[in-house]
Amino acid sequence: MTDPFTLGGRSFGSRLIVGTGKFSSPEVMADALAASGTEMVTVAIRRVDLDAPQNPITDFIDRDRYLILPNTSGAADADEAVRLARLARSAGLPPWIKVEVIPDARYLLPDPVETLKACEQLVREGFIVLPYIHADPVLAKRLEEVGTAAVMPLAAPIGSGKGLKMEAAIAIIIEQALVPVVVDAGLGVPSHAAAAMEMGADAVLVNTAIASAAHPARMAHAFRLAVEAGRTGRLAGRAAELSTAAASSPLTGFLRET
Amino acid sequence: MSFAKVFSPQAIARALERAEHAKAADVRAALDSGAPDAASFAALLSPQAASMLEEIAQAAHRATVARFGKTIALYAPLYLSNDCVCTCTYCGFSLGLDITRKTLRIDEVMREAQLLAGQGFRNLLLVSSEHPKLVPPSYVAQCVRETKRVAHYVALEIAAAEVPEYRQYVEAGCDGVVLYQETYDPEVYARHHQGGPKKRYAWRMDALERAAEAGVRHLGAGVLLGLADWRFDGLALIEHARYLQRHAWRSVVNVSLPRINPAAGDYTPAKPVSDAQFVQLICALRIALPMAGIVLSTRETAALRDRLVPLGITHMSAGSSTEPGGYAEPGTSGEQFHLEDVRSSVVVAHALRELGYDPVFKDWELMAASAQTQTAGV
Repeated sequence: MTDPFTLGGRSFGSRLIVGTGKFSSPEVMADALAASGTEMVTVAIRRVDLDAPQNPITDFIDRDRYLILPNTSGAADADEAVRLARLARSAGLPPWIKVEVIPDARYLLPDPVETLKACEQLVREGFIVLPYIHADPVLAKRLEEVGTAAVMPLAAPIGSGKGLKMEAAIAIIIEQALVPVVVDAGLGVPSHAAAAMEMGADAVLVNTAIASAAHPARMAHAFRLAVEAGRTGRLAGRAAELSTAAASSPLTGFLRET
Repeated sequence: MSFAKVFSPQAIARALERAEHAKAADVRAALDSGAPDAASFAALLSPQAASMLEEIAQAAHRATVARFGKTIALYAPLYLSNDCVCTCTYCGFSLGLDITRKTLRIDEVMREAQLLAGQGFRNLLLVSSEHPKLVPPSYVAQCVRETKRVAHYVALEIAAAEVPEYRQYVEAGCDGVVLYQETYDPEVYARHHQGGPKKRYAWRMDALERAAEAGVRHLGAGVLLGLADWRFDGLALIEHARYLQRHAWRSVVNVSLPRINPAAGDYTPAKPVSDAQFVQLICALRIALPMAGIVLSTRETAALRDRLVPLGITHMSAGSSTEPGGYAEPGTSGEQFHLEDVRSSVVVAHALRELGYDPVFKDWELMAASAQTQTAGV
């Protein structure tokens, strides 16, 4: 059964997006990307030397195999995010942009007001815009209205590995969304990713959990399987969840006995 | 906000006194308890903790990889001037020392910056001694503006300033300000800072807050180990960094802990810090400040630097010169301190890769708004 993931008018065979930070070397990163089966990788514009002939990160990303999704990590307000996006596009990176507007230096939580402003502007400028947001259902709808291609709520703070702490709010976002929902940040182990997919997320984005694992490529493969399992489980239509046991020999069965 | 107003040297001393009798359980509590008050971290600096160093180092390593991954950011210091009006007993630039004095012209600054850019550095730390006439804020701002053309990240380690000056630097493109208190012990501070504007202990202590108020995004606090008791300065640094993280929440806080080594003044550290104590302090800083970068300078030997990497270090200088103009013309002016790790950036980067760490030369990309509109025309 084919189950492509469509985002920004493009079809992807994998529902796992992988981040490129924190790896011990570009080679380790490249192996992990291959093992993850991903088709979209996000790269911080701030890490790429756009003027240099060689780039330690982007040189290791096969552009025929992966779509590079530049992100605006490091931007603290809308203006900075917009400038970074333009810089990436003018340097020849795809017109896709993961908008991260993060004024908070420690917990790296996004600024909803500035994120909305940046997205409005970037959509106007023709970018395919994917905003990283707090799990705020109203903000998700507002972003959808300004024309973002998806919304990317966080499961827990970036790099925390705490899993689906925002589950209840993410469930509302998924239920309401008219654009794909990508659960981003805070997924620590494959089961977290599987759970997000079972909830109905369209895709997940994972970085630290893979990059900081003892064996990044092996962990990347595990996430691939988990995302596929979660998605398949979602599509299979789960059995109803009950708070009591359902006896296979009902108490009133005798009434139908003849 | 003012850390100087709330900081109590007596409270630090009392916490350390209590920690002298810390038990293994107290050390483990400080390792595991998330975010207790800064004083509880005194246990990590205690003699008891010294006997549990491996356990603490393992925890520090885990915390570092979790937050920063296996990467080390590399930067290069670029000395603008060694003309100085301050008398600081330990410094090679101190007023009155017989060294060749020099303040670089802008073209000389750019020659240095371009040499460093040629070596791959995109992260520069402009360093200067303190001289209001020869190194005025307008000159510093111009140095930032010009070097920002070849570097993506430019920070300043210069005289403490007021908010308007810091604003001027931010508008020129300044991304960070590094300003060490040197020591938080007020008596020791007074003894070592005998003349010049740097004498003002409390004013210096609040300078990073003023920088943050002006919009500086990266703040570097630090102590110069060897002046005062390392435990005292370590715990005070933890308090200061935690204060900055809460009050200057938009700024990234990094900490540094250089150990004194010989300079022209021939200062011998009053309170030398052993390698084991140095390791204990690095690990304690990592546990107490899991989100702070820890900077390691070339004052340490190459062999030791390689061993310190997994313990919590996130930023290293490499291939450094500590004299103005020293990259283009080494040996023509006085150096601030003598380097121990004299390896080139290429060799340091190679050593990091061997250790399983990715050396990062560039990790920042934000032009000053004014510069961006000029160059991009948008």
